[in-house]
Amino acid sequence: MQFAFTEDQLLFRDAVAEFFANECPPEKVRWSWDDAVGRDASTWAALAEMGVLGLTVPEAFGGMGMNEIDLLPILTEAGRYAYPGPLVETVAVVAPLLAESAPAAIAEKWLPGIADGSVIATVQLDGQPFVNDMHIANLLVAQRDDRLFAVPADKVRSTQQVSVDGARRLFAVEWDEADAELIASGDAALQAVNRAFDRGAVATAAMLIGLSEQMIAMTVAYVVDRKQFGVPIGSFQAVKHHLADAELKVSFARPAVWAAAYGLAMGSADVDREVSMAKCFASDAAEVVARKALQTHGAIGYTTEHDLHFWLKRSWALSSSWGDALWHRRRVAHLLLDN
Amino acid sequence: MDLNFTPAEEAFRAEARAWLEANVPVGLPSGDTAEGFALHVEWEKKLFAAGWSVVSWPEEYGGRGASLWEWLIFEEEYYRAGGPQRVTQNGIFLLAPTIFEFGTDEQKARFLPRMAAADDLWCQGWSEPDAGSDLAGIKSRAARDDERGGWVINGQKTWTTRGAFCNWVFGLFRTDPEAARHSGMTYLMVPLDAAGVTVRGVERLDGDEGFAEVFFDDVFVSDDLVLGGVNEGWGVAMATTSSERGLTLRSPGRFCAAADRLVDLWKRQNAAGEHAERVAAMRDDVAQSWMEAEAYRLATLADVTGLVNGVSQGARSSLTKIFWSELDVNLNETALRLLGPTAELIETSPDAVDGGAWMKGFEFALSGPIYAGTNEIQRNVVAERVLGLPRK
Repeated sequence: MQFAFTEDQLLFRDAVAEFFANECPPEKVRWSWDDAVGRDASTWAALAEMGVLGLTVPEAFGGMGMNEIDLLPILTEAGRYAYPGPLVETVAVVAPLLAESAPAAIAEKWLPGIADGSVIATVQLDGQPFVNDMHIANLLVAQRDDRLFAVPADKVRSTQQVSVDGARRLFAVEWDEADAELIASGDAALQAVNRAFDRGAVATAAMLIGLSEQMIAMTVAYVVDRKQFGVPIGSFQAVKHHLADAELKVSFARPAVWAAAYGLAMGSADVDREVSMAKCFASDAAEVVARKALQTHGAIGYTTEHDLHFWLKRSWALSSSWGDALWHRRRVAHLLLDN
Repeated sequence: MDLNFTPAEEAFRAEARAWLEANVPVGLPSGDTAEGFALHVEWEKKLFAAGWSVVSWPEEYGGRGASLWEWLIFEEEYYRAGGPQRVTQNGIFLLAPTIFEFGTDEQKARFLPRMAAADDLWCQGWSEPDAGSDLAGIKSRAARDDERGGWVINGQKTWTTRGAFCNWVFGLFRTDPEAARHSGMTYLMVPLDAAGVTVRGVERLDGDEGFAEVFFDDVFVSDDLVLGGVNEGWGVAMATTSSERGLTLRSPGRFCAAADRLVDLWKRQNAAGEHAERVAAMRDDVAQSWMEAEAYRLATLADVTGLVNGVSQGARSSLTKIFWSELDVNLNETALRLLGPTAELIETSPDAVDGGAWMKGFEFALSGPIYAGTNEIQRNVVAERVLGLPRK
C-alpha cells in the first residue's frame, strides 16, 4: 500500500508547475479572454517539448506511454494556473482512446501528431452538447449512436457558443459521416465511450482540485493582507471558518480523485463508481470553495479587475462539464443500490 | 501508487476475519450503562486473550506488533463483523500512545498490559465546569507534597465519559498557579478509588449514564503517577488530543461498516415497497453518505502512507476530526429520514427498525462535533495552523 505519487511523478509535476507559472500567469489568462483565438501556439509547442502532450501516447507513436496516475498531477497544475488549452480533450481523452480503440491506420495518422504537438484533438460524446476548442483543433472524435468517428476538423461545421468563462471556446458542431472515419462501432464503441467519459471526468476533477487549491491560496493571501477594524480580516473567526470549510472540502475530494485515476490505470472492477465519486466530490468542493473565496474577498472579488473571477468562472464551467455533481451522485446511487 | 495490501497483510486480514466472525458478540447493550459496561469488559477480555485487543502494540505489552496497515485492516474487519465500540478506547487509543511517547519504563510495564487486558479501565479528565474548549483555563489544582513525595489534588472534572464505571482517570492539573496559562500544568494519572475522589454519574442526551463528574478533595497521588515532566503537561496533553482528533480513535472501518448498513437499510425499505416516494427521494443522500465514508477511508490511506513515510499529520488532524464527526451525523440523519415516521422509535419499542440503532447512532454521533475539541475550535486550528491565518 502506497497511496502517494512517486518521486519522479512529483518532479515532473514541479517542472510543469514552473512552466505554467512562467507561461500562464494571470495576465495570460486575461489575454485568453480578450483575444479572438485565445490560444497561443508557442505554449502548446512547449508542452509538447516537455512531454506533456505525448504523456498518454504509446511509445510506438512517439509518446511516453504513461497512464492516468502520471497525468493527474500535471492536470492539477494546469487547473491551478487556469490554463485554458485543451489538455483534457487531447491528452486525457483522445490519445488513450485512439491508442486503445482505433484501427491501426487511424492511430498512426493522428497519434504521432498529438505527441509532437502538431495535432490538437477534441471530443464530443453523447450528452455533451458542445465541443471545446474546435476552432484550433485538427481532429474531432465524436460519438454518433453506437459508433465512434474520427472527423478531420476541416469537415466540421461549427457555431460558437459563449461561456461565462471567457477563456473557454465552445462550439456546437455538425458533420457528415461521409467525411469521417469509423473508429469503432457497437459494444466496442460504447465501451470506448464509457472509458473516454470516465477519463474526461477524472481529468476534469484533477483540474478542479488545482483550481480549488489556488482559490484558497489567493483568499488566504488576501485575508492576511486586508485590514478592517485595524486588524487583518483573517483574524476573524467567521472568515477563518469559511476558509476551513473550503480546505475541508478539497482535502476529502483530493484522495477520491487520486483513487479514481488509480482505478482507471489499473482497470479496477469498480472504476465507474470510483470515477463518479471523484467528479462528484471535486465538483462539490470547487463550488463551495468558489463561494467561500468570493464571499471572503468581498466587493473586490466581485469585479473583473481582480483575477479571482477567472478561477471562479473556470470552476463553475468545469464543475458541470463531464457530468456535474448531481449526475455523478446519481450514477453512484445506481451502482450502489440497483443490484 | 499501489492500493493493494501485501499477501502477508491479506493473510492477517483472513485470520482476523475468521476469529471475529466466530467470536463477535451479537446484540450487546450499550457499553455506557453499568450493566452494559460489564458485558463489554467481558468481550474486551476475550479479545485480549486471543491477542486482538491491541494489535499494533509490542508483544511485551500484550499486542502482536502489527504495522499501521495491519491495524487499519483489523479495524475494518472488526466493524465489518459488527464489533461494538471499544469501552477501553480512552486507555488503549488515547492514554497508551502518550505513555509510549512520554512514559517511563516502569509506567509502561505497570499500566500498558493491564490496560490491554481491560483489567484497568481508563477515563479522561480534561474539561472542568469553567474550562471546556478553553482547556488551558483549567483550575483543578495539584499542590506539591514533598514529605509524601507526590501531589495533593483539589478540584473537579466533568463530562468524563464512562467515569462512573472506570477505575482510573488521566488528565491535566494545575501545578504552578503562578505560571502563564499554558505552562504550570502537569499530566497526572489518578486511581478513582483513592481517598477523596467522588464520582457522580450524569445521564447523557441518549439516556445512558455515560457521563460523570469527578470531584477531588485532598486526593494524594505519588510522583510515579506523573506522565512526562512536572509543569509540562500541556505538551503531553496535546499529544493525546491529536490522537483523539486524528486516526486512532476513529478508524474508517466503523464508518464504512455503517455506510454499508445504510445501503442495506435502503434496499430493505425499497423491497418492502412502502413509502416508495420517500425511498426514491433518499437515493442521492444514501449515495452521498456512502461516499463520505469512502472518502474518509481513502483520506486515511493517504494519511497512513504519509505516517509510514515519516510525515506526521500535524494540525491536519483537525480536518480529520471535523470530517468524521460530521459524516457520522449525516449518515445517521440520512437513515432517520429514510425511516420517516418510525425514526423516533428507540430500542425498547417493539416496532423499532433495527432495534432503534439508527436513533441511538444519531444521538451518539451528535456528540462527535462537540467532544475532542468542538468543531468550531477545530476550524480555528485549521485556519491558523494549516492555512496560516493570524491568531489575532
